[in-house]
Amino acid sequence: MEKEHKHNLIPYGTYFLVWLSLISLTVLTVSVAGVDFGRIALFLALTIAAIKSTLVINYFMHIKFDQPIFKFFLAVALATLATIFILTSTDVFFR
Amino acid sequence: MKSTEVEVVQEKIAEKQQEPSHSEHTHKDFFGAKIGMWLFLFTEMLLFGGLFLAYMVYRLQYSIDFVIAAQDLNLLLGTINTIILLTSSLTMALSIAAIQRGRKALSIFFLLSTIGFALAFLVIKYFEWTAKFHHGIYPNSPELLNKPNGEIIFYGLYYSMTGLHALHVVVGAILLLFMLLFLWRNKIHKEDYIKLENSGLYWHLVDLIWIFLFPLFYLIH
Repeated sequence: MEKEHKHNLIPYGTYFLVWLSLISLTVLTVSVAGVDFGRIALFLALTIAAIKSTLVINYFMHIKFDQPIFKFFLAVALATLATIFILTSTDVFFR
Repeated sequence: MKSTEVEVVQEKIAEKQQEPSHSEHTHKDFFGAKIGMWLFLFTEMLLFGGLFLAYMVYRLQYSIDFVIAAQDLNLLLGTINTIILLTSSLTMALSIAAIQRGRKALSIFFLLSTIGFALAFLVIKYFEWTAKFHHGIYPNSPELLNKPNGEIIFYGLYYSMTGLHALHVVVGAILLLFMLLFLWRNKIHKEDYIKLENSGLYWHLVDLIWIFLFPLFYLIH
Protein backbone atom coordinates (compact mmCIF):
# COMPACT_ATOMS: atom_id res chain seq x y z
CA MET A 1 0.00 0.00 0.00
CA GLU A 2 2.77 2.41 0.89
CA LYS A 3 4.27 2.02 -2.54
CA GLU A 4 0.97 2.87 -4.12
CA HIS A 5 0.84 5.91 -1.91
CA LYS A 6 4.19 7.10 -3.12
CA HIS A 7 3.94 6.98 -6.85
CA ASN A 8 0.87 9.10 -7.27
CA LEU A 9 2.52 12.39 -6.47
CA ILE A 10 0.55 15.05 -8.28
CA PRO A 11 2.42 18.29 -9.07
CA TYR A 12 1.35 21.42 -7.18
CA GLY A 13 0.77 23.06 -10.57
CA THR A 14 -1.99 20.60 -11.46
CA TYR A 15 -3.94 21.63 -8.38
CA PHE A 16 -3.53 25.30 -9.29
CA LEU A 17 -4.83 24.66 -12.80
CA VAL A 18 -7.85 22.80 -11.42
CA TRP A 19 -8.51 25.67 -9.00
CA LEU A 20 -8.22 28.19 -11.85
CA SER A 21 -10.76 26.21 -13.92
CA LEU A 22 -13.10 26.03 -10.92
CA ILE A 23 -12.94 29.80 -10.39
CA SER A 24 -13.46 30.44 -14.13
CA LEU A 25 -16.51 28.17 -14.14
CA THR A 26 -17.88 30.03 -11.10
CA VAL A 27 -17.45 33.37 -12.87
CA LEU A 28 -19.10 31.87 -15.95
CA THR A 29 -22.09 30.48 -14.07
CA VAL A 30 -22.67 33.79 -12.23
CA SER A 31 -22.44 35.91 -15.39
CA VAL A 32 -24.59 33.49 -17.38
CA ALA A 33 -27.27 33.59 -14.66
CA GLY A 34 -28.02 37.23 -15.55
CA VAL A 35 -28.82 36.30 -19.16
CA ASP A 36 -32.36 35.21 -19.89
CA PHE A 37 -32.03 31.63 -21.07
CA GLY A 38 -35.55 30.74 -20.05
CA ARG A 39 -36.05 27.08 -19.36
CA ILE A 40 -32.51 25.91 -20.06
CA ALA A 41 -31.04 28.28 -17.42
CA LEU A 42 -31.43 25.67 -14.67
CA PHE A 43 -30.02 22.96 -16.92
CA LEU A 44 -27.04 25.19 -17.76
CA ALA A 45 -26.35 26.03 -14.10
CA LEU A 46 -26.51 22.36 -13.12
CA THR A 47 -24.25 21.32 -16.01
CA ILE A 48 -21.61 23.80 -14.86
CA ALA A 49 -22.00 22.52 -11.28
CA ALA A 50 -21.57 18.96 -12.55
CA ILE A 51 -18.38 19.89 -14.43
CA LYS A 52 -17.03 21.58 -11.29
CA SER A 53 -17.85 18.49 -9.21
CA THR A 54 -16.10 16.23 -11.72
CA LEU A 55 -12.96 18.35 -11.38
CA VAL A 56 -13.10 18.31 -7.56
CA ILE A 57 -13.77 14.55 -7.38
CA ASN A 58 -11.14 13.59 -9.96
CA TYR A 59 -8.28 15.82 -8.89
CA PHE A 60 -8.80 17.13 -5.35
CA MET A 61 -10.32 13.85 -4.16
CA HIS A 62 -7.81 11.82 -6.23
CA ILE A 63 -10.44 9.50 -7.73
CA LYS A 64 -8.69 9.73 -11.10
CA PHE A 65 -5.49 8.36 -9.56
CA ASP A 66 -6.98 5.89 -7.07
CA GLN A 67 -7.54 2.17 -7.54
CA PRO A 68 -10.50 1.32 -9.85
CA ILE A 69 -12.54 -0.02 -6.91
CA PHE A 70 -13.10 3.58 -5.72
CA LYS A 71 -14.48 4.57 -9.11
CA PHE A 72 -16.79 1.57 -8.98
CA PHE A 73 -18.06 2.46 -5.49
CA LEU A 74 -18.63 6.05 -6.54
CA ALA A 75 -20.49 4.93 -9.66
CA VAL A 76 -22.79 2.71 -7.57
CA ALA A 77 -23.50 5.55 -5.13
CA LEU A 78 -24.19 8.05 -7.92
CA ALA A 79 -26.38 5.56 -9.78
CA THR A 80 -28.41 5.01 -6.60
CA LEU A 81 -28.85 8.75 -6.20
CA ALA A 82 -29.76 9.15 -9.88
CA THR A 83 -32.34 6.35 -9.66
CA ILE A 84 -34.02 8.00 -6.67
CA PHE A 85 -34.11 11.33 -8.50
CA ILE A 86 -35.43 9.92 -11.78
CA LEU A 87 -38.12 7.81 -10.12
CA THR A 88 -39.27 10.71 -7.93
CA SER A 89 -39.33 13.20 -10.80
CA THR A 90 -41.39 10.89 -13.03
CA ASP A 91 -43.82 10.49 -10.13
CA VAL A 92 -44.08 14.27 -9.68
CA PHE A 93 -44.40 14.94 -13.43
CA PHE A 94 -47.09 12.36 -14.19
CA ARG A 95 -49.11 12.61 -11.02
CA MET B 1 16.51 25.54 7.78
CA LYS B 2 13.52 23.72 9.20
CA SER B 3 13.56 21.10 6.49
CA THR B 4 16.70 19.49 7.93
CA GLU B 5 15.04 19.32 11.32
CA VAL B 6 12.05 17.74 9.74
CA GLU B 7 14.21 15.24 7.94
CA VAL B 8 15.93 14.23 11.16
CA VAL B 9 12.57 13.74 12.85
CA GLN B 10 11.30 11.73 9.92
CA GLU B 11 14.37 9.53 9.94
CA LYS B 12 13.74 8.82 13.61
CA ILE B 13 10.16 7.94 12.85
CA ALA B 14 11.24 5.71 10.01
CA GLU B 15 13.66 3.94 12.35
CA LYS B 16 10.95 3.48 14.92
CA GLN B 17 8.64 1.94 12.36
CA GLN B 18 11.32 -0.46 11.22
CA GLU B 19 11.77 -1.87 14.71
CA PRO B 20 10.42 -5.41 14.59
CA SER B 21 8.69 -5.13 17.97
CA HIS B 22 6.63 -2.24 16.64
CA SER B 23 5.89 -3.51 13.18
CA GLU B 24 2.94 -5.62 14.22
CA HIS B 25 1.26 -2.82 16.08
CA THR B 26 1.99 0.01 13.68
CA HIS B 27 0.79 -1.79 10.59
CA LYS B 28 -1.96 0.27 9.04
CA ASP B 29 -4.33 -0.52 6.23
CA PHE B 30 -4.43 2.75 4.30
CA PHE B 31 -6.57 1.21 1.59
CA GLY B 32 -9.18 0.05 4.10
CA ALA B 33 -9.16 3.41 5.88
CA LYS B 34 -9.86 5.18 2.63
CA ILE B 35 -12.68 2.83 1.66
CA GLY B 36 -14.22 3.42 5.08
CA MET B 37 -14.06 7.16 4.54
CA TRP B 38 -15.65 6.93 1.10
CA LEU B 39 -18.46 4.75 2.46
CA PHE B 40 -19.14 7.43 5.06
CA LEU B 41 -19.10 10.09 2.34
CA PHE B 42 -21.75 8.12 0.41
CA THR B 43 -24.05 8.26 3.44
CA GLU B 44 -23.48 12.01 3.51
CA MET B 45 -24.33 12.18 -0.19
CA LEU B 46 -27.62 10.41 0.52
CA LEU B 47 -28.35 12.69 3.48
CA PHE B 48 -28.00 15.81 1.34
CA GLY B 49 -29.49 13.94 -1.61
CA GLY B 50 -32.77 13.68 0.29
CA LEU B 51 -32.82 17.43 0.83
CA PHE B 52 -31.98 18.10 -2.82
CA LEU B 53 -34.82 15.75 -3.73
CA ALA B 54 -37.26 17.79 -1.61
CA TYR B 55 -35.91 20.93 -3.28
CA MET B 56 -36.49 19.45 -6.76
CA VAL B 57 -40.09 18.45 -6.03
CA TYR B 58 -41.02 21.84 -4.54
CA ARG B 59 -39.21 23.79 -7.22
CA LEU B 60 -41.27 21.97 -9.88
CA GLN B 61 -44.40 22.77 -7.90
CA TYR B 62 -43.69 26.41 -7.00
CA SER B 63 -41.24 27.57 -9.69
CA ILE B 64 -42.50 31.18 -9.76
CA ASP B 65 -42.51 31.61 -5.96
CA PHE B 66 -38.95 30.23 -5.87
CA VAL B 67 -37.77 32.85 -8.40
CA ILE B 68 -39.38 35.68 -6.40
CA ALA B 69 -38.02 34.45 -3.05
CA ALA B 70 -34.50 33.96 -4.44
CA GLN B 71 -34.24 37.62 -5.48
CA ASP B 72 -33.75 38.54 -1.81
CA LEU B 73 -30.61 36.42 -1.43
CA ASN B 74 -27.27 38.23 -1.59
CA LEU B 75 -25.60 37.05 -4.81
CA LEU B 76 -22.33 38.86 -4.04
CA LEU B 77 -21.89 37.15 -0.66
CA GLY B 78 -22.88 33.80 -2.18
CA THR B 79 -20.28 34.19 -4.92
CA ILE B 80 -17.57 35.24 -2.47
CA ASN B 81 -18.34 32.22 -0.32
CA THR B 82 -18.15 29.95 -3.37
CA ILE B 83 -14.71 31.30 -4.23
CA ILE B 84 -13.60 30.96 -0.58
CA LEU B 85 -14.67 27.31 -0.42
CA LEU B 86 -13.07 26.43 -3.76
CA THR B 87 -9.83 28.05 -2.62
CA SER B 88 -9.99 26.19 0.69
CA SER B 89 -10.26 22.96 -1.28
CA LEU B 90 -7.12 23.96 -3.19
CA THR B 91 -5.15 24.64 0.00
CA MET B 92 -6.42 21.34 1.46
CA ALA B 93 -5.14 19.42 -1.58
CA LEU B 94 -1.84 21.33 -1.42
CA SER B 95 -1.46 20.51 2.28
CA ILE B 96 -1.63 16.79 1.43
CA ALA B 97 0.69 17.25 -1.56
CA ALA B 98 3.22 18.94 0.76
CA ILE B 99 3.21 16.20 3.40
CA GLN B 100 3.53 13.58 0.65
CA ARG B 101 6.83 15.26 -0.15
CA GLY B 102 7.77 15.39 3.53
CA ARG B 103 7.44 19.17 3.78
CA LYS B 104 5.86 19.56 7.19
CA ALA B 105 6.05 23.37 7.52
CA LEU B 106 4.45 23.91 4.12
CA SER B 107 1.76 21.35 4.89
CA ILE B 108 0.95 23.13 8.17
CA PHE B 109 0.82 26.48 6.35
CA PHE B 110 -1.68 25.19 3.79
CA LEU B 111 -3.77 23.46 6.46
CA LEU B 112 -3.89 26.69 8.49
CA SER B 113 -5.04 28.55 5.35
CA THR B 114 -7.79 25.98 4.86
CA ILE B 115 -9.01 26.48 8.44
CA GLY B 116 -8.80 30.25 7.89
CA PHE B 117 -10.99 30.01 4.78
CA ALA B 118 -13.46 27.83 6.69
CA LEU B 119 -13.78 30.53 9.35
CA ALA B 120 -14.14 33.24 6.69
CA PHE B 121 -16.96 31.25 5.10
CA LEU B 122 -18.74 30.97 8.45
CA VAL B 123 -18.32 34.68 9.23
CA ILE B 124 -19.86 35.64 5.87
CA LYS B 125 -22.66 33.13 6.42
CA TYR B 126 -23.28 34.70 9.84
CA PHE B 127 -23.65 38.19 8.34
CA GLU B 128 -25.87 36.84 5.57
CA TRP B 129 -28.21 35.13 8.02
CA THR B 130 -28.35 38.01 10.51
CA ALA B 131 -29.22 40.41 7.66
CA LYS B 132 -32.09 38.08 6.75
CA PHE B 133 -33.20 37.89 10.40
CA HIS B 134 -33.26 41.70 10.57
CA HIS B 135 -35.60 41.76 7.59
CA GLY B 136 -37.85 39.39 9.52
CA ILE B 137 -37.13 36.40 7.33
CA TYR B 138 -36.43 33.34 9.48
CA PRO B 139 -38.33 30.08 9.94
CA ASN B 140 -41.83 30.71 11.33
CA SER B 141 -41.40 34.50 11.40
CA PRO B 142 -44.71 36.40 11.07
CA GLU B 143 -43.42 38.19 7.98
CA LEU B 144 -42.45 34.97 6.24
CA LEU B 145 -45.73 33.26 7.13
CA ASN B 146 -47.63 36.04 5.34
CA LYS B 147 -45.92 35.16 2.07
CA PRO B 148 -47.16 32.58 -0.45
CA ASN B 149 -46.53 28.89 0.32
CA GLY B 150 -43.76 28.54 -2.27
CA GLU B 151 -41.71 31.33 -0.70
CA ILE B 152 -42.13 29.85 2.79
CA ILE B 153 -40.91 26.50 1.47
CA PHE B 154 -38.00 28.17 -0.36
CA TYR B 155 -36.76 29.75 2.85
CA GLY B 156 -37.41 26.56 4.81
CA LEU B 157 -35.19 24.69 2.37
CA TYR B 158 -32.67 27.54 2.30
CA TYR B 159 -32.24 27.53 6.07
CA SER B 160 -32.18 23.76 6.49
CA MET B 161 -29.83 23.06 3.57
CA THR B 162 -27.35 25.90 4.08
CA GLY B 163 -27.67 25.33 7.84
CA LEU B 164 -26.79 21.64 7.60
CA HIS B 165 -23.99 22.57 5.22
CA ALA B 166 -22.66 25.23 7.64
CA LEU B 167 -22.74 22.59 10.39
CA HIS B 168 -20.54 20.43 8.17
CA VAL B 169 -18.15 23.36 7.72
CA VAL B 170 -17.92 23.70 11.53
CA VAL B 171 -17.29 19.96 11.95
CA GLY B 172 -14.75 20.05 9.11
CA ALA B 173 -12.88 22.98 10.66
CA ILE B 174 -12.70 21.18 14.05
CA LEU B 175 -11.49 18.01 12.29
CA LEU B 176 -8.80 20.00 10.48
CA LEU B 177 -7.70 21.59 13.78
CA PHE B 178 -7.05 18.08 15.12
CA MET B 179 -5.12 17.26 11.95
CA LEU B 180 -3.04 20.38 12.56
CA LEU B 181 -2.20 19.06 16.03
CA PHE B 182 -1.29 15.65 14.57
CA LEU B 183 0.93 17.25 11.94
CA TRP B 184 2.58 19.39 14.60
CA ARG B 185 3.32 16.33 16.74
CA ASN B 186 4.51 14.27 13.75
CA LYS B 187 1.64 11.82 14.09
CA ILE B 188 0.98 12.66 10.45
CA HIS B 189 4.10 12.44 8.32
CA LYS B 190 5.40 11.46 4.91
CA GLU B 191 4.86 7.73 5.43
CA ASP B 192 1.48 7.94 7.14
CA TYR B 193 -0.82 10.77 6.16
CA ILE B 194 -4.07 8.83 5.79
CA LYS B 195 -5.75 10.88 8.55
CA LEU B 196 -5.02 14.09 6.68
CA GLU B 197 -6.08 12.52 3.38
CA ASN B 198 -9.42 11.33 4.78
CA SER B 199 -10.09 14.68 6.45
CA GLY B 200 -9.33 16.22 3.08
CA LEU B 201 -11.94 13.97 1.45
CA TYR B 202 -14.50 15.18 3.99
CA TRP B 203 -13.53 18.79 3.34
CA HIS B 204 -13.87 18.37 -0.44
CA LEU B 205 -17.34 16.83 0.06
CA VAL B 206 -18.37 19.98 1.94
CA ASP B 207 -17.12 21.95 -1.06
CA LEU B 208 -18.99 19.66 -3.49
CA ILE B 209 -22.31 20.18 -1.71
CA TRP B 210 -21.85 23.95 -1.84
CA ILE B 211 -21.12 23.72 -5.59
CA PHE B 212 -24.75 22.55 -5.99
CA LEU B 213 -26.32 24.70 -3.26
CA PHE B 214 -24.94 27.88 -4.82
CA PRO B 215 -26.67 27.77 -8.24
CA LEU B 216 -29.87 26.29 -6.79
CA PHE B 217 -30.40 29.09 -4.26
CA TYR B 218 -28.49 32.14 -5.50
CA LEU B 219 -28.67 31.87 -9.28
CA ILE B 220 -32.42 31.64 -9.93
CA HIS B 221 -33.74 34.35 -12.24
